[in-house]
Parts: sequence; structure tokens; C-alpha cells
Amino acid sequence: MPTKIEKDAVTGTMTTGHEWDGIRELNTPLPKWWLWVFYACIAWSLGYFVLYPTLPGVGGWLGWSQRAELADRMAAERARVQPMLDRIRTTAVADIPRSGDLHGFAIAGGRAAFADNCAPCHGAGAAGAKGGFPSLVDDEWIWGGDLDAIGRTIAFGVRSAHADTRQSQMPRFGLDGMLTPAQISDTAEYVLTLSGRAAVPAAAERGRTIFADQCVACHGEAGRGNLELGAPSLADRIWLYGGDKASIERSIASARGGVMPAWSGRLDEATIRMLTLYVHSLGGGR
Amino acid sequence: MSAIAAVDGPGVPALTEVRVRPAFEPVEDVVRAFVVATMFWGIAAFMVGVVIALQLAFPILNLDLEWTTFGRLRPLHTSAAIFAFGGSALLGTSIHVVQRTCRARLFGGDLMGWFIFWGYQLFIVLAATGYLMGITQSKEYAEPEWYVDLWLTIVWVVYLVAFLGTIMRREEPHIYVANWFYLAFIVTIAMLHIVNNLAMPVSLFGSKSYILFAGVQDAMIQWWYGHNAVGFFLTAGFLGMMYYFIPKQADRPVYSYRLSIVHFWSLIFLYIWAGPHHLHYTALPDWTQTLGMTFSVMLWMPSWGGMINGLMTLSGAWDKLRTDPALRFSVTAVAFYGMSTFEGPVMSIKPVNALSHYTDWTIGHVHSGALGWVAFIVFGAVYYLVPVLWKRPALWSTRLVSWHFWIATIGIVLYITAMWVSGIMQGLMWRAYDELGFLQYAFVETVAAMHPFYLIRALGGVCFLLGGLIMVYNLWMTTRMPVEAGVPAGQPAR
Repeated sequence: MPTKIEKDAVTGTMTTGHEWDGIRELNTPLPKWWLWVFYACIAWSLGYFVLYPTLPGVGGWLGWSQRAELADRMAAERARVQPMLDRIRTTAVADIPRSGDLHGFAIAGGRAAFADNCAPCHGAGAAGAKGGFPSLVDDEWIWGGDLDAIGRTIAFGVRSAHADTRQSQMPRFGLDGMLTPAQISDTAEYVLTLSGRAAVPAAAERGRTIFADQCVACHGEAGRGNLELGAPSLADRIWLYGGDKASIERSIASARGGVMPAWSGRLDEATIRMLTLYVHSLGGGR
Repeated sequence: MSAIAAVDGPGVPALTEVRVRPAFEPVEDVVRAFVVATMFWGIAAFMVGVVIALQLAFPILNLDLEWTTFGRLRPLHTSAAIFAFGGSALLGTSIHVVQRTCRARLFGGDLMGWFIFWGYQLFIVLAATGYLMGITQSKEYAEPEWYVDLWLTIVWVVYLVAFLGTIMRREEPHIYVANWFYLAFIVTIAMLHIVNNLAMPVSLFGSKSYILFAGVQDAMIQWWYGHNAVGFFLTAGFLGMMYYFIPKQADRPVYSYRLSIVHFWSLIFLYIWAGPHHLHYTALPDWTQTLGMTFSVMLWMPSWGGMINGLMTLSGAWDKLRTDPALRFSVTAVAFYGMSTFEGPVMSIKPVNALSHYTDWTIGHVHSGALGWVAFIVFGAVYYLVPVLWKRPALWSTRLVSWHFWIATIGIVLYITAMWVSGIMQGLMWRAYDELGFLQYAFVETVAAMHPFYLIRALGGVCFLLGGLIMVYNLWMTTRMPVEAGVPAGQPAR
């Protein structure tokens, strides 16, 4: 197509004279506002280049850097809360609940730390979850529910990699061939009776003997558990892995043993103390 | 190439100028196939989108099966939307447009065209099946593993050769602006694809490979790729589409040739530097973050150049919006394009990004671009193309196009407003402190707070999917209408 410049009847603007598949183009100049806003954005960027870091290894005129800003703000925040944290660290944990402002601070800090670190397993409301994550809002404790015991569990964990971890292991009665499936079934029947539930009398009677031989050492005569060994009570209706017969059989056969990480090293001393006080305050603290 | 022909006869003026152009036979079957593929993958992408939106609201819908978890379906959705739906539309329309505006048959003819079509479809299927089986590079928008990447490279080079070859044998003295944008899209995607996927396979017969780069360099290359997938795939390519179909639908000249030149070159030059804004406040050095932010801000007007050219092309033809709902799609697409390309630079500014980054706001931003701009400009183009390609007098029903338009628009509005509210709320909750200096909310509380907005978003997605199904039905019925008599091949039927 030869160039054929025409005047567009609607706008009164000339065309460029090109045509492609019936499409033509107007020779409208650049919109002024468009051009000036474009220039303004470029000017703003040039100004920014001078003020802020723009070349490798060269700082901006303001001397700003992302790492320095973070360090400054962290330092300022630390300085602000440091006096309270120092008091938490130096006051005996048992005395903190008696000092109003410090206790309020500890509970608020414990709540925040719990939400970030503990809630994934124990739940946002600390109600626990099926599958081995104990509730922290009742007064049934596996490793003890006074301030000292809670603090120890948090700091060192349960079956964790820490040297001072709480440690115990239930034998795998089924997997290791210590009991036959029939014996496990009988024992489970007996365990049902410990929490006052119906069981087949003859089987439970046989189970009683096995329980006395194999289980009382840790779980106790009446199955009330042992805080020293982390052996849970079998005499109530609170179950970590399910309390129906099949679940109990599975627990006996393959053993359980949940793991909780040690938080010392990951959380500072003051945070662990605040967490301890917070968990203790949830309803079941002894 | 014009000739003056004398036509004599009773009642006919003595001399009439008739332009006789050499006949050319465009490759059209391939374009038709791409239109069908576009609609097929579009529906698939919208459907998977609705499923994963519901999975976020109701995690049980993950079905506890590895193949149906959100982690595997999410790349299936994004790739289906961008590469299968958007890609089929881009390849199909570019082949259509380059032939028409160059007055030249596709270089390589039908054979090359069909290789591009089936090669690209194979790429989509290989990528999608890989995702479902858990084969991924874990690079956003570049998830396919090395064997899929190699195959796409071959297909893409053939596509480049066909496109360039057609331009080189053109009958027109100038190259039309749509073709600049399409070519920028093809060339830049080739470069991005190759560099971001440089990897060493673990074995010849295994799917696993390791990327050449590591750490922050890898992150930077990934977002140089990722942002320019937006810039050159989802922007430049679809601007090419806009520059052909809007003037065609409106039957008006393009508003400003100069603006198209200036905004093309400024867009191409500035976009490629903007990637670091995806990595604000990370291990990326400060100077690189500065670069990403300022180039994003400077990009605002070059992006809007396309919007101005698209909208102002309608001057003198605004009344067509009343009668042609297909044009309404194209024009609304340009409006959404303008909105997203303003929102983008705003979100790239560091203090804004500190709030918006990692939140649903980003998802909303992406979808105002993907649904409002990309999908709407495709809908407008396909509504125009189907009667042309199938040689039907018009669409089966313009009423249904109107229904599609409104349902889909309501869907988009639901989607992006829900994500704005949810994203800003999420960002504010993450940074909320109580008076003692402790974090106010647990992460899980922010997740719970987002639930109602996830429902609204899913509803928006359902609307968009419904609109797509209406479109497919309408197009299907259009192809079943009787062929219009006397329409020569390759001529628009309206």
C-alpha cells in the first residue's frame, strides 16, 4: 500500500497514511498530561537514586540501609521491654503471680509466645488435639502441672534431643512379641474397667493379672499414672490416642511416646518463664 | 500494490478506483484449533481455580490424596490460566493477526502451524501431568521440569521462526504495532524461559534437576523471569491482541501512532528491570530493591499509554458499546488493565509492599489483571474471531454475550474486593502489637479471619466460570449456524 494520508472525519486528525487489514492510525500527538506524569515519575526516581542506595557498594545520601533500620528498631524495642524482662528473669517464678504488673506482662508475653510456638500442636486455645497432643487447660498432667514441672517440660522437651529431656519409653508389647494378641486384648479389657467402663468380665479378669505383671510399675496399681515417668493416668476418661478398645490395643501393641521439642536455646529464659506462667494460668496449674 | 481499473457499463461511473490486492491464503485451520484450545483450557483453568478457592475455605476438599492437594492443584490452575488459556489465545491470535496485517501466509505454512499447535498442547499436557504427580522445580510460573522446558524451547523457536518469517515476507511496507508487541513477547519469553530454567538433570531418564543458581541469585533470576512473564506474556502479548481487535471491533483508526511507538519502547525498556520489587525486604541488596521499585514507578505511564490508545480508539464509536457486547469485553479489559498497572506500581513502593507482600492483596492484584485484563481481552477477541473464522454472519446470540459480560464482571468485582479487604486485614493483623509490645494475633487467628473472604472469592470464581460456560455454549451454537453465503475466505462477516 502506498502511503495515503487522510483526514479522519470524526476527530479532524490526520492519519499516518498506513493501512493494515483495514486498520489505520491517527497521527495524534502524545497527550501532554501523559508525558508530564511520565517525566515526573522519572524525576522522582532520579531523586530517589541520590537519596537511597542505588549502585552496588555505594550508599545513598541519607545513609539508609534496610539492615540498619531493622537493627535500630529491634534495639529500640528491646530497650523498651528490657526492664520488665530483667525483672521476670530475676524474680522467682512462684513470686511473679503476686506482683500485679509483672504478672500481667508475663501472661501477655506468654500468650503471644504460645500463639507463635505452641498453638500448632496444642491448639490456639491450648485444648490439645487427638493423636498425642495433650490439653493444657485441665488438671490432668503427664509430667507434672506445678510451675517447676511445666517450666522444665517447656525448657527441655519430651523425648527431645536435649540432654536434660524428659525421657521414658513404654515397651512395644505386641511388636516385640512380649504379649500375644489375645493377651493384649485381655489387658485392654481390664484397662477399660479402670475408668469404670463395661468390659467382658472373664477377659478383664485375665487382663488384671497381665496388668499387674507388666503395667503397674509405671502406671500404678490403680492405673493412676506416674508423673515422674510421664506415665499417663488410665483411670479417667482423658485419652491422648483414643480410649476405645481398639485404640488401647494399638497403644499396648506398638507403644506410644509423643515428642515435644526443647525450647531452651530457641526461646530465651524470660520467654520460657512467661510461657510457664501462662500455661499454668490456663486452668489446670497445680 | 494498487491498480486503477476501469469499469464500464450502464449506471456505473466512468472511473472507479478499485484496489486489487494479490490474493493470499492465510493459514486458518491452526487458528481455529487454537481458538478451541483457548476455550477448553479456559474452562479447565477457571474450574480448577474454583476448586482451589474452595480448598482454602474448606481444607477437607484436599481429599487427603497427594494428587488433589492445594500444593499440586495451584500450579495446575496458574499454568492452565496463563500458559494454556492465555498462551493458546496469544499463539492463535498472533498467527491470525500477523498474516492479516502483513498480507502474507504464515511462514512454513500449515505444517509449521500444526507443529506449533500440537507442540504447544503437548507442552501443556506434559507440564500438567507433572504437577499432579508432584514433579516440579518449585519455581513459581516456571514449575515444569527440565524435559518439559526443553520441549517448549523447541516449540518456541519454531514459533519465532514462523512469526519472523511471516513478517519478513510481508506485502505491507510497515510492520503493524500489534506485531511489535507480539514479537517482543515471543523474543523476551524465549530469553526468560531459557535463563530461568538453566538446570542440570540428575539423570537422563529421571525428572529431577537442579537449578544452576542458588540463594538470592536464584531468587533474583526467578523474579526477573516471574515479573517479566507478567510483563511480556500477560502484558505485551495481550497488548498486541488489543491493538488488532479493538480497532477492528470499533472500526476506528488507532488513536495515536506516536503514543504507540513511545509507550512500546518505554514499556519494553522499563519492564525488564522491575522484577526485584518481588523481593523487597529480603536478602536482596538494597540497591537492587531500589532499582525494582523505581523502575516499577516509571513504568506507570508507559503502561497507561496502551490503555489510552485502546480507549481513545473508541472516540467516535462509543455508541458501539451499546450494541456490541463483545466490544464491551475488550474495552472493560483495557479499563482493568489501567487499574492493575496503577495498582502494581503502588504495591511496588516499599512501605506499601511492607503491608501488601505475602498477603491476599497480591492475589487480588494478579486476578484483576488475569480476569479483568487478560481473560476479558481474550473473550472480546474470540467473540470477534469465531464468526470470522467459521464464516458465520454473526454470533448466535448477543444477549448471551451480555449475560456473560455481566456475570463475569460481577465475579471479578467480588473476587478483587474480597481479596483487598482480606489482604489488608491480614497484613494489619500480622503487624498488630498490643500495648506491652507483644504480637496481638497468632498466625492461625489471621487464617480464621480470612474465611468469609475466601467464600466471597470462591463465589466470584463460580460467576466467572459460569460466564465462561455461557460463552462456550454461545460459540458452539454459532458454529452450528448455516454458513453465510458469498463471504469470501478470510473476510470478516460483519
